[in-house]
Amino acid sequence: MKAFTYERAKDPLAAARAVAGRPGAKFIAGGTNLLDLMKIEVEVPTHLVDVQDLPFDKIEQTPQGGVRIGALVTNTDLAADPRIRRDYAVLSRAIVAGASGQLRNKASTAGNLLQRTRCPYFYDTNMACNKRKPGSGCAAIGGFSRQLGVIGVSKSCIATFPGDMPVALRLLDALVETVDPQGKTRAIPIADFHRLWGDHPEMETVLAPGELITAVTLPAPIGGKHYYEKVRDRASYAFALVSVAAVIQPDGSGRVAFGGVAPKPWRVEAAEALLPQGAAAVTAKAFAGATPSKDNAFKLPLATRALASVIAQSKA
Amino acid sequence: MPIMLKVNGQSRPLSLDTRTTLLDALREHLHLTGTKKGCDHGQCGACTVLVNGRRINSCLSLAIMHDGDEITTIEGLGTPDKLHPMQAAFVKHDGYQCGYCTPGQICSAVAVLEEIARGVPSHVQEDLTAAPRATNLEMRERMSGNICRCGAYSNIAEAMAEVAGVAG
Ligand SMILES: Cc1cc2nc3c(=O)[nH]c(=O)nc-3n(C[C@H](O)[C@H](O)[C@H](O)COP(=O)(O)OP(=O)(O)OC[C@H]3O[C@@H](n4cnc5c(N)ncnc54)[C@H](O)[C@@H]3O)c2cc1C
Ligand code: SF4
Repeated sequence: MKAFTYERAKDPLAAARAVAGRPGAKFIAGGTNLLDLMKIEVEVPTHLVDVQDLPFDKIEQTPQGGVRIGALVTNTDLAADPRIRRDYAVLSRAIVAGASGQLRNKASTAGNLLQRTRCPYFYDTNMACNKRKPGSGCAAIGGFSRQLGVIGVSKSCIATFPGDMPVALRLLDALVETVDPQGKTRAIPIADFHRLWGDHPEMETVLAPGELITAVTLPAPIGGKHYYEKVRDRASYAFALVSVAAVIQPDGSGRVAFGGVAPKPWRVEAAEALLPQGAAAVTAKAFAGATPSKDNAFKLPLATRALASVIAQSKA
Repeated sequence: MPIMLKVNGQSRPLSLDTRTTLLDALREHLHLTGTKKGCDHGQCGACTVLVNGRRINSCLSLAIMHDGDEITTIEGLGTPDKLHPMQAAFVKHDGYQCGYCTPGQICSAVAVLEEIARGVPSHVQEDLTAAPRATNLEMRERMSGNICRCGAYSNIAEAMAEVAGVAG
């Protein structure tokens, strides 16, 4: 690990300024993604601003009938919250489908949204990777791409966003609340939060330098039956090959988002409108224009089957 | 950087490089070598300790981020003369072979039963709004962050069942 200096931020604005004011500075929350990458020198921050003391550890009711989840709420506490379990079960389900009990005790809401890809070439500093080293090329294209993306990818990068929780947040139309170093706040719709890679795979979200996530808000509950179906290489403690988050209403309509397939949680509203026609109709539209490789083409039929399984469960 | 860790009930002042993980602080600086280094990337669970009562991977946390925290390691759960009930159950049910992952398994197992009692949900729970129960399936899922290359899993689950007071 490269040497760095460290401070524990006292308030949100001080934290944002500390990061914005120094090239190479980064926030650290649970540290479970950042430290992992620092150990292999994929991340080389020169200064860490620890946000653990900031007042973002609560889940509160909003005046609109939704909930506001503090950026530091741990994955364990969020999944266990009685309101989330009752009204936003897809979110609890997505969280407990990810990582391990130990990691969920440390992982924060903000850190989870910002976790980086699991592309094996991104992790290997001997390989070309446009995301790790802009302009160096992409060893995954034409390489081992079984885990990588099938849609929304580009000629510079075919990696996926690997997380589970954000797929449920996308389904629930969450807003990501932030404060910038000038004290200006904004609420970013989750659909706009993660970028498609395009020519700049090193730019993963719309956050500006030093912009600090303070909370994630959910609108009022939408009812329906909630599912998070995650298909992976082992039954627990593995990233998704494909995942499906869904809320199905009694009349068969609903919402669907997919994980493990694209640079961001993949939800196509025009596709989910076809839910009453069955899984194949939804995925044909959601994955229209997909560009899978030979290694990962299996993800397309797998997505259809995972969604079919969810629809079958909703009718049982 | 100067920090203070409360390890197994004792205050331990330390002066550490910012890069020192909690795991290395425990093993290399405090010489508490019960906690093990396996993968050093949060994938195996050998480094599991309890911080303020919750299990975490000590390899994926910086020691300086734990100034003032209460850390419990395998050495603090029980001693050879006075074993923690989970330690005694692991011995009775032969919940290990080589023993390398065992301290992490035991710390994790203690925390799993506490999490079930506190109502923390899991991936295998059918009804999310109901209180979870300490079934074999639940314990296997909740222990999936602790890998055992000798494959002592079924005996670990039996040891946990005994402590939880349910039939294995
Ligand atoms: C072995 C292993 C298995 C895993 N399996 C899964 C899985 O199956 N599914 C899954 O979804 N995830 C999985 N994860 C990833 C895990 O969910 C993430 O590591 C975790 O959510 C990151 O949260 P953190 O608080 O530790 O983030 P950190 O590591 O502290 O930070 C991550 C990033 O977020 C930034 N950041 C943190 N807080 C803020 C803030 N408030 N504002 C702005 N920026 C901020 C940091 O600067 C950093 O860039 C796994 C991780 C490991 C190690
Ligand atoms: S797919 Fe993206 S992350 Fe993977 S090697 Fe190519 S540029 Fe890097």
